[in-house]
Amino acid sequence: MEILMSKMFDVGLLTLLMVAALAAVLTRNLLTSTIILSVYSLLMASMYLVLGAPDVAMTEAAVGAGISTFLLLAVLLLTGIEEKPSPHPILPLFVIGITAAGLIYATLGMPAFGDANSPASQHVSPYFITESMNDIGIPNVVTSILASYRGFDTLGEVFVVFTAGISVLMLLGGKKEKQPK
Amino acid sequence: MIYFACIVVLVAMAATLSRCIYARTTYDRILAGNVFGTETVILVALLAHLHAEYYLLDVAMVYALINFVSTIAYMRFFKHKSLG
Repeated sequence: MEILMSKMFDVGLLTLLMVAALAAVLTRNLLTSTIILSVYSLLMASMYLVLGAPDVAMTEAAVGAGISTFLLLAVLLLTGIEEKPSPHPILPLFVIGITAAGLIYATLGMPAFGDANSPASQHVSPYFITESMNDIGIPNVVTSILASYRGFDTLGEVFVVFTAGISVLMLLGGKKEKQPK
Repeated sequence: MIYFACIVVLVAMAATLSRCIYARTTYDRILAGNVFGTETVILVALLAHLHAEYYLLDVAMVYALINFVSTIAYMRFFKHKSLG
């Protein structure tokens, strides 16, 4: 029963992700697109949590729902809200079709989801799973890899989150207007 | 039981997403986005209880803060036509 409900939950979350992505692409109003993209990012972060990666989920939410929304709104201030129809609708469809076909062809060569014999699960993963608690002392394997084994990568990530923090400060404590309207 | 609650929140998320897509005015849309953030916070809290990993509640708090800030960004976008 629990497994069935867990499967239902995963499928529902992924369906919502697809609906949000399609809606963000298909709408002509760019502000609507921005709002739906932040919703998409929150859904993606929930998916990361379900997969057991809370750090990645936190970064996804901070970058996707936080700083991307801010940057997209800043772009909308410069360009306007309505999207103009493309003069050459065939060319983008052609490019996207070729890219999608290539990506789908690439998935054929991937190992099955959760395959214990795949190269990624054979090389260093057993070491991380068995020894990370002794090496680092953090119960979550993803967290110990991100925070300790790959600490320099995470340092770069911290710069990104720091930038997000600066944009928040710009939002909340912006300069006062000289001439009140 | 908690799985059932998760699925109920998921259904509410689907309803909010459809509201976000088919809203009549932009303000309804912003409100729907804000409600969606709140539902994500609830979902994260439920997942924390489900897996008995209570540090996920910190993630839920971060989500609540981000949700608040992005709503303020939308409001400033409309009121001042600038973000600074």
